[in-house]
Amino acid sequence: MEQLLLLIFLPLLGAVITAFSGKSAKMVSTATAIVVLGLTIFMALNFIPNASTQFEVNLPWINDLGIHFHAGIDGISLLVVLLTNLLIPIIILSSYKHDYKNPGAFYALILFMQVGLLLVFTAMDAFLFYIGWEAALIPIYFICAFWGGKDRIRINMKFFVYTIAGSLFMLMGIIYLYLQNPAHNFEIQSFYALSLDRVQQGWLFWAFFVAFAIKMPIFPFHTWQPDTYTAAPTQGTMLLSGIMLKMGIYGVIRWLLPIVPVGVQDWSGLVMAISIIGIVYASIIAFTQKDAKRLVAYSSIAHVGLISAGIFASFNIGIAGQQGMQGAMMQMLSHGINVVGLFFILDIIFSRLKTNKIEDLGGIAKSAPQLSIVFLIIVLGTIALPGTNGFIGEFLLLMGVYNYGIWAAAIAGLTIIFGAVYMLRMYQNVMLGKTNELTVGFKDIEGTEKLVLYIICALVIILGIYPKVILHLTEASVQHLLEQVNQKLTVK
Amino acid sequence: MTIEQLIWLVPLLPLLGFVINGLGRNFLSKSVIGIIGSGVILASFIISVVIFFTLQGDAQKSHEVFLFDWISAGKLHIPLSFLVDPLSSVMLLIITGIGFLIHLYSVSYMHADECFGKFFSYLNLFVFFMLILVLGANYIVMFIGWEGVGLCSYLLIGFWYTNSAYASAAKKAFVMNRIGDLGFLLGVFLMFNFFGSVEFSKIFPQAANMLPGNNMLVLITMMLFIGACGKSAQLPLFTWLPDAMAGPTPVSALIHAATMVTAGIYMIARSSVLFDLAPFTQHIIAIIGAATALIAAIIALSQTDIKKVLAYSTVSQLGYMFLGLGVGAYTGSFFHVLTHAFFKALLFLGAGSVIHAMHHEQDMRNMGGLRKKLPITFLTMMVATIAISGIPPFSGFFSKDEILAHTFQYSPILWGVGVLTAFLTAFYMFRMMFLTFFGNYRSKHHAESHVHESPVTMTAPLIILAILSAIGGAINIPHIFGGNEWLAHWLSGAQVAQHELNLDHTTEIVLMAISVLLAIGALIFAYFRYVKGARIPALDSENRSPLVKISYNKFYLDEIYDFIITKPLDGLSKFFYRVIDTKFIDGIVNGLGWSTNEASKGVRLIQSGNIGFYIFMMVFGIVALLAYTFYYI
Repeated sequence: MEQLLLLIFLPLLGAVITAFSGKSAKMVSTATAIVVLGLTIFMALNFIPNASTQFEVNLPWINDLGIHFHAGIDGISLLVVLLTNLLIPIIILSSYKHDYKNPGAFYALILFMQVGLLLVFTAMDAFLFYIGWEAALIPIYFICAFWGGKDRIRINMKFFVYTIAGSLFMLMGIIYLYLQNPAHNFEIQSFYALSLDRVQQGWLFWAFFVAFAIKMPIFPFHTWQPDTYTAAPTQGTMLLSGIMLKMGIYGVIRWLLPIVPVGVQDWSGLVMAISIIGIVYASIIAFTQKDAKRLVAYSSIAHVGLISAGIFASFNIGIAGQQGMQGAMMQMLSHGINVVGLFFILDIIFSRLKTNKIEDLGGIAKSAPQLSIVFLIIVLGTIALPGTNGFIGEFLLLMGVYNYGIWAAAIAGLTIIFGAVYMLRMYQNVMLGKTNELTVGFKDIEGTEKLVLYIICALVIILGIYPKVILHLTEASVQHLLEQVNQKLTVK
Repeated sequence: MTIEQLIWLVPLLPLLGFVINGLGRNFLSKSVIGIIGSGVILASFIISVVIFFTLQGDAQKSHEVFLFDWISAGKLHIPLSFLVDPLSSVMLLIITGIGFLIHLYSVSYMHADECFGKFFSYLNLFVFFMLILVLGANYIVMFIGWEGVGLCSYLLIGFWYTNSAYASAAKKAFVMNRIGDLGFLLGVFLMFNFFGSVEFSKIFPQAANMLPGNNMLVLITMMLFIGACGKSAQLPLFTWLPDAMAGPTPVSALIHAATMVTAGIYMIARSSVLFDLAPFTQHIIAIIGAATALIAAIIALSQTDIKKVLAYSTVSQLGYMFLGLGVGAYTGSFFHVLTHAFFKALLFLGAGSVIHAMHHEQDMRNMGGLRKKLPITFLTMMVATIAISGIPPFSGFFSKDEILAHTFQYSPILWGVGVLTAFLTAFYMFRMMFLTFFGNYRSKHHAESHVHESPVTMTAPLIILAILSAIGGAINIPHIFGGNEWLAHWLSGAQVAQHELNLDHTTEIVLMAISVLLAIGALIFAYFRYVKGARIPALDSENRSPLVKISYNKFYLDEIYDFIITKPLDGLSKFFYRVIDTKFIDGIVNGLGWSTNEASKGVRLIQSGNIGFYIFMMVFGIVALLAYTFYYI
């Protein structure tokens, strides 16, 4: 149990030190993030791959309201915790070429955000979950608002208000559940045990779903996302797309499905529809985007749409839902890794050439062969070539969607074609062709850039060839979740 | 050494070659890169030969070799395992054997290229993925290779990526392949649901007990066929293959002969148990195959680029193979894969030799009279041309004849299309030969005296392939010529469905005679037109007759696709982005924010801080409350 407390509070301690360490903030935050990653790996190695909650912490907190500091890790939590703690050092390292003003604050905010994320991903008390949910939002708001690009204040205000509005619905849902709970606490287990009728479940479904859908974001709740991704500093974009959107997906899996399965079942047709529309719609929009960052932002909406479709097609078909759910697990990790890689490459290009406009670029491969290789590997991971991490997730997810109907799988499967179109279009227009005045003499990747991108490429390939390391960790917990949900559905 | 101990080396060696040459591309010398690149393929070939002979002497014809568990989720288990049986063992020989010759040839052909190391590493990777495709013991491992060769074709077609047209051709190949790949994947999902597995050894025995015409099997095979259409360049997905000649010529040889396009035929032959039970799909395959064969042949008639002629001839020959698959001549189609691999590799490498000698000139209008300058290239290409034209006793005759005979039995109309295509094939192939090697030298850019035969590392592969093209038919000589149909017997050990030919000998002989006479007629016609008549195709600036225009412009298929698919999608993209996303959806979101703001402006006025107003409102409230209470009591 001490390990989990340590895991959550180490970044907090690191953040405080970072905030006051001025010029050496980069170093302090890097060291913190790496220690946290080391601890996470240690915990993952000690994790017994069954469905139980491990490293559990349960401390009384606000006794009058029955609020506990109750956290723990099962396979599903472990996956997102791994993702978070793996990406945070990568994101920090990716900032090394930048000289952000007021680095103490910048790096401290990243670590603060890590604390919030870890609370979300480990909380077993709804109140704690909500605290983490909002605590993760505030640092990212400041990161985007202080260090962002053009028009950042307006764009960020919208992002902030939109997501907070969503989470207020969730807060109402949590309070309602608390009031219904005879045990008068916020324990997730007692929420699971509540028997709620169909109408209650329907309302609660929407209260939670809106919050999660905005966070992911899935169509049509997505319009804050492309602007925010484009205006945020790259590290902010990475935090948002790599980790933060997984809060929404995690929320669906951990809170929505097991607490209100009937509500989910009643509305799953609609969610399937918007998820699949989102895949096609965002992919088509990505075709003609002029700004590479915005293109990747839309591609991310398409990918998240597929994850959502896979989950909602799989939750109520018993153990046959394993493929879709495991696909979602794998894809959360892969998408996080790949999208961070893509945004980093665009950042490298931007920092050298001051533009991410696709039409201004071209021919970079000639003078930057290393970049062209790592870029291609990450693109291949993103378009799910077999042998890369993206394939495992996408394949399993599509297999899950197939359970809903072959037409659903065929339409969602368009992402295989469309993804190749927009990604290769971008790759071609940025990297291939003739060099122009702007791109001539482009400096190839070096130092930390190389380190970060090599790590990402290694993960793309290793997870593609040996996905078992991840699938194995989550399998029992996913199975347990499916059993739990399906049991509740059959009782009704 | 047993097969189980050896087999993993076959794909591993090319992978090693890829890694070594890929990492060492900047500091290894060109000769070292060439030796490693070709050497690993040669080693793979030798091992494949050993495996082939071991298998021949082995009573057990099918060996499944398990490597490790790749993906498992719920009931889905996908092991990374290989299947060595008569079908895959023959494919191994083609891939590594012809692959080696192409590597050897490339050492000289690409010698001046600055990205020599990269080229060889990509070639090795290509062979690696093709081997995985062929060796996979389930559809998903096959799919690794399936998409992997798509990737390698992308890398190699766009090898000279600074030319945007080449980069676009590469992207087109990848995307068109992916359209097929979606079909393949859906087929896999259907199979997993229907059979509960994706492994050959679990699917085929179950299918063997099913009745023909099962709807699910029709659906599954249709999906797989869509996959094959993408990879093996069939209507409507063939337009990527002619563009694929943007890559260096040895790459074309590799794509068109040893790897990639044969994948679709291999996959269907492998799944012949399923296809045999789906007559509807077979019917569609036969029609698509015949149509592709004919259309591509018509396009090839008027092309002026030597590689384009060959590219369309590949599409057309692949059409033949699909026609064969559709009519149930699985062995015949596979036989044609083999002979076609010999003569098409030869034709492309020969064309490369011509292009090399002509300093990158590919337009036949600027060639002519090269047979004295390039005697080995000329003679070997002539062998290949005779073979592809189906003139006995060269290899193409036997394989084409087997397909046509089965087609006649299935449908005389399709047979007619096949024979017409055979006539056109002989015509455009001899047209190409005559324009290139006969008549007068026509290039104005390069002096004739500078044209020289290629070095021995390039001509040696040509000679070997010429011998194979000439005698390769021997592996499946039909009974009618006193042969023993070795290939058919061999493949029966791999559960490839076999159908007897029920034609009497006279019909068979007559059919053969018709196609041979037509081929010879085409030869003579081409001879009079292009050698005696010394006709040269019109310049691009000149007017052509409408029919020639349609052929020369490839039935305008690229333009049609652009008009009905690419343009509308791009238009839709802009519409979605500018109108739906920005104006409509985001408009609603912003509208909600705006109306909240506006509403607050009105409500804010009430909070004026004026005590008098507050008191007035309070009194008003009390009165209203009282009135309400009294009214209801």
